[in-house]
Amino acid sequence: MEASGVMNNILIRNGRVIDPAAGRDEVCDVLLAEGVVQAVGRVAQADAKGAEVIDATGKIVSPGLIDLHVHCREPGHEEEETIATSAAAAVQGGFTTIAAMPNTHPPADDETAINYVHQRSAEARLARVLPVGCITRGREGKELAEIGLMREAGAVAFTDDGEGVADATLMQRALQYASMLGAPILQHCQDPSLFGGVMNSGPAAVRLGLGGVAASGEEIMLRRDLELVERIGARYHVQHVSSAGSVELIRQAKAAGLPVTAEAAPHHLLLTDAACMEYDSNYKVNPPLRTAADVEAVRAGVADGTIDCLASDHAPHAAEEKALEFALAPFGIISLDCALGLYARALIETGLCDWPRLIEAMTAAPARVIGSDLGTLRKGRPADVTMIDPKKRWTVDVSKFASLSRNCPYDGWRLTGRAVMTIVAGEIKYQTS
Amino acid sequence: MARKAPISSKKRKSASRKKPPDAEVTAKEDFVWTRKDLLGLDELSPHEILHILDTAESFREVSTRSIKKVPALRGKVVGLLFFEDSTRTRMSFELAASRLSADTILFSAKGSSVSKGETTLDTVRNIEAMGVDVFVVRHSESGAPHLLARQVQASIVNAGDGAHEHPTQALLDIFTIRQKLGRLAGVKVAIVGDIAHSRVARSNILGLRKLGAEVTVVGPPTLVPNAITSMGCRVSHSLDDVLGEVDVINMLRIQFERFGGGLFPSLREYSRLYGLGGQRLAKCKNNVLIMHPGPINRGVELTSEVADGPNSCILRQVANGLAIRMAVLFLVSQR
Repeated sequence: MEASGVMNNILIRNGRVIDPAAGRDEVCDVLLAEGVVQAVGRVAQADAKGAEVIDATGKIVSPGLIDLHVHCREPGHEEEETIATSAAAAVQGGFTTIAAMPNTHPPADDETAINYVHQRSAEARLARVLPVGCITRGREGKELAEIGLMREAGAVAFTDDGEGVADATLMQRALQYASMLGAPILQHCQDPSLFGGVMNSGPAAVRLGLGGVAASGEEIMLRRDLELVERIGARYHVQHVSSAGSVELIRQAKAAGLPVTAEAAPHHLLLTDAACMEYDSNYKVNPPLRTAADVEAVRAGVADGTIDCLASDHAPHAAEEKALEFALAPFGIISLDCALGLYARALIETGLCDWPRLIEAMTAAPARVIGSDLGTLRKGRPADVTMIDPKKRWTVDVSKFASLSRNCPYDGWRLTGRAVMTIVAGEIKYQTS
Repeated sequence: MARKAPISSKKRKSASRKKPPDAEVTAKEDFVWTRKDLLGLDELSPHEILHILDTAESFREVSTRSIKKVPALRGKVVGLLFFEDSTRTRMSFELAASRLSADTILFSAKGSSVSKGETTLDTVRNIEAMGVDVFVVRHSESGAPHLLARQVQASIVNAGDGAHEHPTQALLDIFTIRQKLGRLAGVKVAIVGDIAHSRVARSNILGLRKLGAEVTVVGPPTLVPNAITSMGCRVSHSLDDVLGEVDVINMLRIQFERFGGGLFPSLREYSRLYGLGGQRLAKCKNNVLIMHPGPINRGVELTSEVADGPNSCILRQVANGLAIRMAVLFLVSQR
């Protein structure tokens, strides 16, 4: 059920308010007024006159969840997803803010493209959709895009996601330039000369007769980038960490004080390359699903903070494209609608994380990466709130997704924990019982 | 038509006495085939593999008759779908189908609708609508037959998919070994060449291991992934090291397009390191079987002396292929 009525004041009563950025974890009330957080704590009825009162007993009240890695496909592939439908999928999944990857057609590599994302996001009036710009012009990896002008237009970060920046000189310049602007560079670590396959290299790929993509292709580019970051000091963020080796490299870089952050996707926390054994292209994703040891290492990386953020890498594809032979089908999994329950499965149910850590990885941490004032319920901040029922048992049903695509391997999964209300700028954008 | 094993079970029992207990596999006389498709040997039980071999044994006799035809599949339609070039496999299946009295229709991808952008699935659904009972599918992409098997009602027989499996080739290889040596358990087989890209190698490894044979794959590391050992075989990079100990050497065809990828430096070097000529043959057991899935690059994998010599059973493989394919078409049509 979706609601988008205009409401000025909302009082959320008696929930477990977890706001990691403010160091808060207590049962109390949250008052939202005029699009901002008015008060957190014990709010007297008198102070909340005329407010809609929401009983959050037994629920978690979190700052609105942020997903730094979403493929909105607009412009270019509106049959797969649009900015509006990805924003709808976001609020249904409990996310109030998503970052739109720039590998659209044409790629988002100039200020017009950045403004277009702002405009479509404002029209949709659901989740906030933040534009991310390309590092290189046309995402071709040859010359810098107009990073400065895109930054002025409001691009929150820069990436050539889908591919890494292979040329070391160009990557060095990108880091130098972005450091001047205080903008983070998000890297899809994969050396293209080592990208010769369609799934993780190993026994499963050998048995299936499919070309393999070894973790070394991810780790070699990561090592190179860390060398550059050490010299330049730019803010560097590793997208969709998939291998145990990468987790360890990031851990060491952080210990050495480098300004490095990282994210992990649900599929790298839950699935291994053994899932490809039936040639089901819904398990074809880039970076590929790896081994159980890699899954364990990525989980541990999130638990100990080596991996700062959780990000879905929601990558919609048309059914007819995914119905091709495994090697010919495109890479990508969608999970924006169900990501929260998947994270809980991988991290809460395994005892690796508690709710405060999980929420930090979806609020304070991503906000820190992009230098945003979102991701906290401090007084005066935007009134973005996600109410989570941590006990709610539900079944993933792709036919109910707000996303336009259906390439989701979790269909039918029984999960525990989901968003029951999503509030953006003080307006309820989604609620379910 | 006989569905039981007409081969002497006595012979197999005497061979099986030498097997380790875990490899004890004999055909069950009352076995009933239930599979709709034959996608690979990975999914088959040892009993199922033996059942195909035994069924093939009973079909071998058909080729010796003056009228080489039985009515087993009369009224059935076999669609031969060759999305990738093939001459001998296609002819073998085509002849197998006609010996069973099936009607055949042929689709080959060159100049077909595939070049107009139609997907494999759409192509096959369209042909299925004409009323096809069994599709024989050759495709350059691993897993294409699996994709089709999920989506169409007709039976799918994998005639080679990408670098994945080529089950009927391995079945005819295994059939030939059993015919020549009278046993499979404990037989030592070397498979030499481009293991990484070979569907013949994969199906052979899987089938031979299930029936208790030992397999060593031989080639340079660029053509032999280490992870292949997870399929139960040993890896050697030296042909000379394994020559003396094996009962069978299966020489794979080298694909010339592999040079471009730089997987080995030159044909000359490959041939010197991994080719089989008279000198190497002299180091083998006297009765070693030399096999090759064809077509042979003479002077590369095998010298003519070896390919045409007394140890070669290459033409026997081709002849047996017909019986194996008759057996497979017959079995998948019985459901």
